[in-house]
Amino acid sequence: MTDLAHIRNFSIVAHIDHGKSTLADRLIQLTGTVAERDMQEQMLDSMDIERERGITIKANTVRIEYPAQDGETYVLNLIDTPGHVDFAYEVARSMHAVEGSLLVVDATQGVEAQTLANVYTAIAADHEIVPVLNKVDLPAAEPDRVKEQIEDVIGIDSQDACLISAKTGVGIPDVLEAIVKRLPAPKEGDRNAPLKAMLVDSKYDQYLGVICIVRIIDGVLKKGDRIRMMKTGGIYDVDDVGVYRPAMTHVKELGPGEIGYLNASIKQVRDTRVGDTITHEKKPCEKALPGFKPSVPVVFCGLFPVDANDFEDMRDAIEKLALNDASFTFEMETSAALGFGFRCGFLGLLHLEVIRDRLEREYNIELITTAPSVIYHLFTKDGEQRDLHNPADMPDMSTVDHIEEPRIKATIMVPDEFLGDVLKLCQERRGIQMDLTYVGGRAMTVYDLPLNEVVFDFYDRLKSVSRGYASFDYEMIGYREDNLVKMSILVNDEPVDALAMMVHRDRAEMRGRAMCEKLKELIPRHMFKIPIQAAIGGKVIARETLSAMRKDVTAKCYGGDATRKKKLLEKQKAGKKKMRQFGKVEIPQEAFISALKMDG
Amino acid sequence: MAEDWQNGGFGLYIHWPWCQSKCPYCDFNSHVAAFIDQDRWAAAYVAEIERMAALTGPRVLNSVFFGGGTPSLMAPETVDAVLTAVRRAWPLANDLEVTLEANPGSVEAGRFRGYAQAGVNRVSMGIQALNNRDLRRLGRLHSVEEARAAFDIARAQFDRVSFDLIYARQDQTLHDWRSELTEALEMAVDHLSMYQLTIEPGTAFGDRFARGGLHGLPDEDISADMYDLTQDLCGEAGLLNYEVSNHARPGAESRHNLVYWRYGDYVGIGPGAHGRVTLDGVKHATEAERIPGKWLENLSIHGKSESWEVLDGTEQALEMLLMGMRLGEGIDPARFAALNGAPLNPNAIDRLTEMGMLKPGPRLIATQQGRVLLNAVLRELVVE
Ligand SMILES: Nc1nc2c(ncn2[C@@H]2O[C@H](COP(=O)(O)OP(=O)(O)OP(=O)(O)O)[C@@H](O)[C@H]2O)c(=O)[nH]1
Ligand SMILES: C[S@@+](CC[C@H](N)C(=O)[O-])C[C@H]1O[C@@H](n2cnc3c(N)ncnc32)[C@H](O)[C@@H]1O
Ligand code: SF4
Ligand SMILES: [Mg+2]
Repeated sequence: MTDLAHIRNFSIVAHIDHGKSTLADRLIQLTGTVAERDMQEQMLDSMDIERERGITIKANTVRIEYPAQDGETYVLNLIDTPGHVDFAYEVARSMHAVEGSLLVVDATQGVEAQTLANVYTAIAADHEIVPVLNKVDLPAAEPDRVKEQIEDVIGIDSQDACLISAKTGVGIPDVLEAIVKRLPAPKEGDRNAPLKAMLVDSKYDQYLGVICIVRIIDGVLKKGDRIRMMKTGGIYDVDDVGVYRPAMTHVKELGPGEIGYLNASIKQVRDTRVGDTITHEKKPCEKALPGFKPSVPVVFCGLFPVDANDFEDMRDAIEKLALNDASFTFEMETSAALGFGFRCGFLGLLHLEVIRDRLEREYNIELITTAPSVIYHLFTKDGEQRDLHNPADMPDMSTVDHIEEPRIKATIMVPDEFLGDVLKLCQERRGIQMDLTYVGGRAMTVYDLPLNEVVFDFYDRLKSVSRGYASFDYEMIGYREDNLVKMSILVNDEPVDALAMMVHRDRAEMRGRAMCEKLKELIPRHMFKIPIQAAIGGKVIARETLSAMRKDVTAKCYGGDATRKKKLLEKQKAGKKKMRQFGKVEIPQEAFISALKMDG
Repeated sequence: MAEDWQNGGFGLYIHWPWCQSKCPYCDFNSHVAAFIDQDRWAAAYVAEIERMAALTGPRVLNSVFFGGGTPSLMAPETVDAVLTAVRRAWPLANDLEVTLEANPGSVEAGRFRGYAQAGVNRVSMGIQALNNRDLRRLGRLHSVEEARAAFDIARAQFDRVSFDLIYARQDQTLHDWRSELTEALEMAVDHLSMYQLTIEPGTAFGDRFARGGLHGLPDEDISADMYDLTQDLCGEAGLLNYEVSNHARPGAESRHNLVYWRYGDYVGIGPGAHGRVTLDGVKHATEAERIPGKWLENLSIHGKSESWEVLDGTEQALEMLLMGMRLGEGIDPARFAALNGAPLNPNAIDRLTEMGMLKPGPRLIATQQGRVLLNAVLRELVVE
């Protein structure tokens, strides 16, 4: 239990890869929170997939103790947040639990799209912001230019920005001092008032069940307390309370201003709602906290097991993953082409990849992923409205009055020399330019774009046309009507439902042609020639022909070769179980995703 | 009741594992050695023949084949010792075929008379190419001129002489192949084997190819055109394509290889040799130790070197199918059904017939188009 004046709670925010997790490492290290021999790089990124990709996906909380230059020891609760736009809601949510932010900016890159987005969120959360210029060890670092940029673009004073290298440790003591001196202590908090705590996050632990991360506003939380979640109404007995150092460490109690965890034998993450208010069952607080906006999935796709026999295992795996991640949704789906699977909703493409990777790796299930799609609003002629998650479910056009699609506001920052290509890309993707300004030698443009043009490969394309220099952030801005149609793909005259997609009528020919060309490369030659067509309704708008295989025969086959050839055929027999047959044609699984990638 | 192997007859394969040098494309079990103890090899083959004959019991032997490696490096005495043992071991068919694979060097040609005297009545010569640039690229030690000379000597010595060519080589055009094939057909007696170059893993070509080298190999379309041209020109010359890569005047087919393709029984002797032997109505696959030194050693220590594996009906049916479909005469579907316990999928047969891959009729026969796509046809037939 620490008095409020000696507590500092803050989040570390930045654009992707600007060094948040590395800075967290140094803070942990310099305060001796973890023994030197137990240190590892980006130690808070504990999931396999985080370590492998070198990115943060889940926000993490750590308590460190810092004996400051003023002779007092402070308790610092830091939250390391993810940088990727898919997980922006984690950043916003973390900010609600703390009073200040360290805004890390890579001094070789400068202000990027997520830097801006984070600043706006921090300002909305009423945060004190300390700018930290990182990577000054690199020769390409330009701290002065970046300082200027921060003042110009963001409008915050960067006079006292900390200049650091999270890698070498230069400047870290200044960061610690700045935290204590410049970030505010928690404002209010009455130890004797009824318990009022914010549920900041909840995660699933294989051994302990659901662990809740909480920020205490008023009152005291102890082991043995009977608590109530004010929104969900759930009542639980607290088995344990503690803090992360970063290992889970039991404490006797958590008091006002403190951040820690509680464990109360909650079964599923879904039983809790982040942003909920936790209070004592017997002596509740009067008013609940305002809560957070729930995260909503925006990208949908079908996931099917390559081997149809894996369906039940896949169901188990998805349910287990959902225990840990309330932000992804799933429901069963059947496809004429792919059999049984699930239609899943994600926060974005990275989130999709993460879930798919985990299913494949942790549960050993090979998956076919269908084209990502968004939720359309369908308005039928008889005045009804419904959501369309899957192009395959599109009813006959004659019954449809009009269709609305989700739009986003995209902010893109890019060096001037690549601006032309970036604008071209946005234009091609049906973007409407809303703003274009120059800030510190970089262009910043804001576009109103249809989400469906962005979900698939926009980010990759943006990176490639800007040689990696453009950065991108987006938020949803609502629905708007447009001339949208369902484009079907026919392989050997049979429609393949899993390849169907919604497109803008004006872009249909171009997309159709690109799809047919790609499929022609991806489908192996068969014994017969295969027409590949794109069609809208009954009308073919693009067509390619995959010519027939010409030669596939073993030149020599004598007495010793019978065994070898037999084994080969037996292997193919086993492999065939995993292949998907569409009429007479076999389509390799990677085709479902690769066919959608547009190169130009 | 007759046993299934009798549909194909009975042959003996003798593997001679030695060559003068290793060709870069070759994945046969062939090795280079400074010294070969011919007497020891002869004794080993003879002992093996006696042991196998004791297992099979008396059966009419239709053919003997000396393959390699380079059997024309065998001393005529070694060949003689083997054939003498063969005559003691099994009753011989009246038209017993005895083939020896020969390389077309001058040294080898000198031994042809000795082979003929020992009982060899057919020679299959590895000429491979009819131009010197390509022979060098294929790593061959002989020139076209030497090959032609050796071939003439062989013709004088043996009634039946065949030769092998490898085509679809680096930088070879359809036009090049047409003129080379025309020359080959002028040389040919009554049998020709023509193999499209296959890049085998584990060979020098295989390694080069895997590293992105070995440029100028014809693509699928050109190889297919070359194959078609080969069938057409051979057909016009009266050499029928009785097997995927083999052409003969009717009656001049390799009887030994027909034993394989008709899925008969064959005893395989020598390093790495495979056999198919029916004992008490049960068909077995045998496979001998590959390394020549170990093969000899196993024989002297354990009296044998090969493994035995029982083939069940399904496996036999599959092997019979994939060998038999290579032939112009195809297979009898009833034979497949009897071995397999169930017939081939009639839908697959219908589909393939409709596509023009199989000929309609009681026997299962690949059309010329089906033959070039045989692997795909077989997949379709057996993989449901
Ligand atoms: N040279 C140098 N490299 C650094 C420094 N700080 C971080 N890095 C490197 O930058 C990369 C990204 O660092 P992270 O700490 O994972 O960045 P992050 O902001 O947490 O990234 P996300 O969580 O994915 O948003 C890593 O390769 C770090 O080693 C620094 O001060 N100097
Ligand atoms: C056992 S080898 C011939 C034996 C003999 N040593 C010779 O080289 O003349 C049988 C035949 O297979 C063919 N052959 C071997 N390797 C081949 C390959 N990789 N591709 C195509 N044909 C091949 C050659 O035509 C060769 O003559
Ligand atoms: S092709 Fe013939 S000579 Fe060349 S290595 Fe193979 S077996 Fe020996
Ligand atoms: Mg990180």
